[in-house]
Amino acid sequence: MIKGFLTHFGRYILMLKQMFRRPESGRVYYKEFFHQCNEIGIGSLWIVIIISLFLGAVTTVQTAYQLVSPLVGLELIATIIRDSTFLELSPTVTCIVLAGVIGSKISSELGNMRVSEQIDALEIMGINTHTFLILPKILASIFVIPCLIVLSMFLSVLGGYLAGTWSGILNPTQFEMGLLLDFVPFNLFFGLIKAFVFAFIITSVSAYFGYYVKGGALEIGRSSTKAVVVSCIIILLADYGLAALLL
Amino acid sequence: MIEVKNLSKAFSGKVVLDNVSCNLYKGKMNLIIGTSGSGKSVFMKCMIGLIQPEKGQIFFDGKDLLEMNKDDKKELRKNIGMLFQGSALFDSMTVEDNIKFPLDMFTNHTLKEKKNIVNGVLDRVNIDGANKKFPSEISGGMQKRVALARAIVLKPKFLFVDEPNSGLDPKTSLVIDKLIMELTREYEITTVVNTHDMNTVLESGDNILYLDYGKKGWEGTKEEIIFNDNARLNDFIFASDFLRAAKEKRMKELS
Ligand SMILES: Nc1ncnc2c1ncn2[C@@H]1O[C@H](COP(=O)(O)OP(=O)(O)O)[C@@H](O)[C@H]1O
Ligand SMILES: [Mg+2]
Repeated sequence: MIKGFLTHFGRYILMLKQMFRRPESGRVYYKEFFHQCNEIGIGSLWIVIIISLFLGAVTTVQTAYQLVSPLVGLELIATIIRDSTFLELSPTVTCIVLAGVIGSKISSELGNMRVSEQIDALEIMGINTHTFLILPKILASIFVIPCLIVLSMFLSVLGGYLAGTWSGILNPTQFEMGLLLDFVPFNLFFGLIKAFVFAFIITSVSAYFGYYVKGGALEIGRSSTKAVVVSCIIILLADYGLAALLL
Repeated sequence: MIEVKNLSKAFSGKVVLDNVSCNLYKGKMNLIIGTSGSGKSVFMKCMIGLIQPEKGQIFFDGKDLLEMNKDDKKELRKNIGMLFQGSALFDSMTVEDNIKFPLDMFTNHTLKEKKNIVNGVLDRVNIDGANKKFPSEISGGMQKRVALARAIVLKPKFLFVDEPNSGLDPKTSLVIDKLIMELTREYEITTVVNTHDMNTVLESGDNILYLDYGKKGWEGTKEEIIFNDNARLNDFIFASDFLRAAKEKRMKELS
């Protein structure tokens, strides 16, 4: 078990190291980067929008339900939504979902290329397949995923605002007051750091599981499941690690 | 020309190639034949550097692949084309983009020049009007031809072909074989083909190497193979009663 883990870990590090080579053709890589941005960003835009609105809405309703003391003002609900979405809900929950959406896609795409000898075909042409197949995906996702997270933060607060005002939990003025109360810009920054780290984890881990598939269609399915599960676990570990380190 | 000397390879103790030596010639169809699992694909993958052998030397025009540094290897790779068993076309790209890909990566041609080259090779493999189609939208035989076009688009000196006829009907197989042979003669390519198809062997075997479970079992030309006296090779080529009877009849006629 430990040996298995170390083998995987070693190969993963080697993969990352081999990724940083000079591209054969800048133009092709440039195009590939934008293609991946599009795939990753546009491909998961809808799910991010839906999740974020609901995360905010549900948090509002539940916080209101729990806050029964007359001693605290209702505007605190907005403060709580702001802090919990910026710190945890938007970056972590969204990235866990993205691990499912993007992770399984990357890993099955690379797995299919491996099994159908497309990766071998690239190798024969003299192309560094680590660089060509993995680097653009990682760069695209550490660029696009933080953007999605910022969008998610905004939409979560919006979801909270809509749910709160429509159901009469608090009025717009209270919400705005709460939103600006004791705002710590670092929290926003911290959420973005998480987004960067998680984006890297999702893409590199699922690329690893896809790139090294052996066998056939069955193994592609298995490895994409593994990619998602392992990405989620590492995201949660990193989440804890970052919180312990930076807060 | 490729010279292979004393090549050996084992996978976790199981010997797959045992001290194989052979010469593969320029402008000729060099065939590696043998039953399934006899090590043909492993032999080919060693020659192109996808698998590292335990022992041996592989000289490409006098230079040993296993001693080359990264830059030499990169240079050599540009001179190698390969046609994979399952075609290995990039399924996210159209037919045209598949063939254009090596040009994008390794040349500085303008888009117009590249288009011309792509259309030239597509024409050469007799494909018309499939430029914008995706690999999943064309037949297996067409995929093979597109893959062949991609393999030759950089005018390689060495062409490796793994089981060109697997999954194709006999007629399409012959078309592919003929195409490979013509290209080999036309561009003076050192072509290496893995096959267990007797049509291919008798049609195009300029230089044949019989792999008998990792060992070199026999070496010769298509003319010689019919009258060879290697029992195991005969078992392999004249596997059916029909062919065995045909051979005996021919032998009688000649004697
Ligand atoms: N990567 C590998 N790891 C372990 N064994 C392998 C590997 N590749 C091939 N083999 C074994 O080597 C033998 C020869 O395989 P191969 O070269 O594919 O035969 P074929 O002549 O049909 O192409 C088979 O027994 C196969 O199981
Ligand atoms: Mg084979």
